[in-house]
Amino acid sequence: MMVLHIAGRELRSLFLSPLAWAVLAVMLLIHAYLFLSQIEQYLVIQPQLALIEGAPGVTEVVVSPLFGSAAVVLLLVVPLLTMRLISEERRSGTLSLLLSAPVSMWEIVIGKYLGIVAFLFILPAMLGLMSLSLLAGGSLDFGLLAAGLLGLALMLAAFAAVGLFMSTLTIYPTVAAVSTFGVLLLLWIIDWAGGTTGEDGSGSALAYFSMMHHFQVLLRGVFDTADIAWFLLFIVTFLVLSILRLEADRLP
Amino acid sequence: MNSDLLIQVENLSRYYGSRAAVDDISFELRRGEVLGFLGPNGAGKSTTMQVISGNLAPSEGRVVINGIDILEQPRQAKAALGFLPEQPPLYRELTVDEYLRYCAGLNRIPRSRISQAMESAREHCGLADVGARLIGNLSKGYQQRVGIAQAIIHSPDVVILDEPTVGLDPIQIREIRHLIRTLGEQHSVILSTHILPEVQATCDRVQIISQGRLVLSDTIEGLERRMQGSSLTAAFRQQVEPADLTDLPGVMEVEMLPDRRLQLHHVVDQNPAEALVERSVAQGWGLYELVPERMSLEDVFVDITCADRLQEGEP
Repeated sequence: MMVLHIAGRELRSLFLSPLAWAVLAVMLLIHAYLFLSQIEQYLVIQPQLALIEGAPGVTEVVVSPLFGSAAVVLLLVVPLLTMRLISEERRSGTLSLLLSAPVSMWEIVIGKYLGIVAFLFILPAMLGLMSLSLLAGGSLDFGLLAAGLLGLALMLAAFAAVGLFMSTLTIYPTVAAVSTFGVLLLLWIIDWAGGTTGEDGSGSALAYFSMMHHFQVLLRGVFDTADIAWFLLFIVTFLVLSILRLEADRLP
Repeated sequence: MNSDLLIQVENLSRYYGSRAAVDDISFELRRGEVLGFLGPNGAGKSTTMQVISGNLAPSEGRVVINGIDILEQPRQAKAALGFLPEQPPLYRELTVDEYLRYCAGLNRIPRSRISQAMESAREHCGLADVGARLIGNLSKGYQQRVGIAQAIIHSPDVVILDEPTVGLDPIQIREIRHLIRTLGEQHSVILSTHILPEVQATCDRVQIISQGRLVLSDTIEGLERRMQGSSLTAAFRQQVEPADLTDLPGVMEVEMLPDRRLQLHHVVDQNPAEALVERSVAQGWGLYELVPERMSLEDVFVDITCADRLQEGEP
């Protein structure tokens, strides 16, 4: 109840800032372009695909690459949205409103987190709608689409958790944004190190930490509880770190 | 447990690293009292307020709000507490009504009573006609009032205001002081400030804090007694020599000031003002100004802190 109250305020404030609208508009524009270029490509190779037995369908050729590139674009954008979560409250002194209210720290953190996640989920929702428009000219693999959307949503939630934590560390939103971006990018590319990746992208400890690795499994349509659990654990870890960080502020 | 005892602070200390911002403070506050917390900047006022409001945890000691320890049961204790920090915690992008509604919810006011609580908070703080305006567009005085409205929306037993009149113009200051006075009727108020007249205008009791320690805890009357100085300044139309006044009862020393003014230092309990006026009339000196020298807060402050140190020096 209190969590939703805080989340609602967060979401409201996001929409009252031009940043949120700008981000949504730009994202929509870029993804629409990517979407169209994927369709274009599909139309070019369609005659050849028709000749192959068990060729990839429109979902695999258009939707999965679209989600893949969306993840990279969002890697750049999410830090800009999460950077102000706590740092701005700290800077403008509004954090003390929450701290002196009869609300516990986990409610504050989870509330803020749900607020930003609710906003971020608008993006996969729009991408989902975009993909559904393909139904006008053909059929879709709904399982693959759902797995892709789930992967995108989990990844956004993981991005937001990192962003939230980074925002508790500093009063400067830009510092929070840069460090969030740094951490996310590192987690993205961590398995590029010296050919440690096996043929299927697994098999090394570094690959296990790579967010891209777990995301791409889902993007291929493989629903593995290990990957889902990885994302959930990742999110919980950063939320707990955020709570501990804010608690530590009060202690002498 | 006395139910009228709303705040008990016991041996409270708070360190930043090895520096003690607040050092072993104890005090109590009863229902219906307005307590002024005086001290120069950096004396530990804000830290004390933040500890009492639960924004900071104490290094040592205990804070009990309405019989509930704020560390053991923070949620229950904070429900009885309204806090306005030095910088009002306002979301500039919200309207006054949206903001107050949010605060009402944060303080767990049941949905059915939120409108009523908002109404009364707005009325109390003179915000009736700015409800639909953006907080960021309001003047500093109004923003301060919104801050106070936020602190009293759940009609808490204790209201803590940290320097509520800083940066306001004189009219706004008067209004806020009046508001604090009205609050004191129903709530207990702790008011931190470094402005003496503010305390005199609004508080029942005053505490002076210096370098993290409580150096004085007294009623307003007690403070005013302390502030009575021991000198008078008199201005005459005629030239009067210091020697003419030295024999007045209680006068210890007379000093010559420019413009035919004289300063009389006297024994604290023996004010020679009456005798001086009588003599002036009798001699036709033309006394036209008689000002008792009052000690400023700084003087009282220096006085107290010095006395403190002397006592410590001499066991």
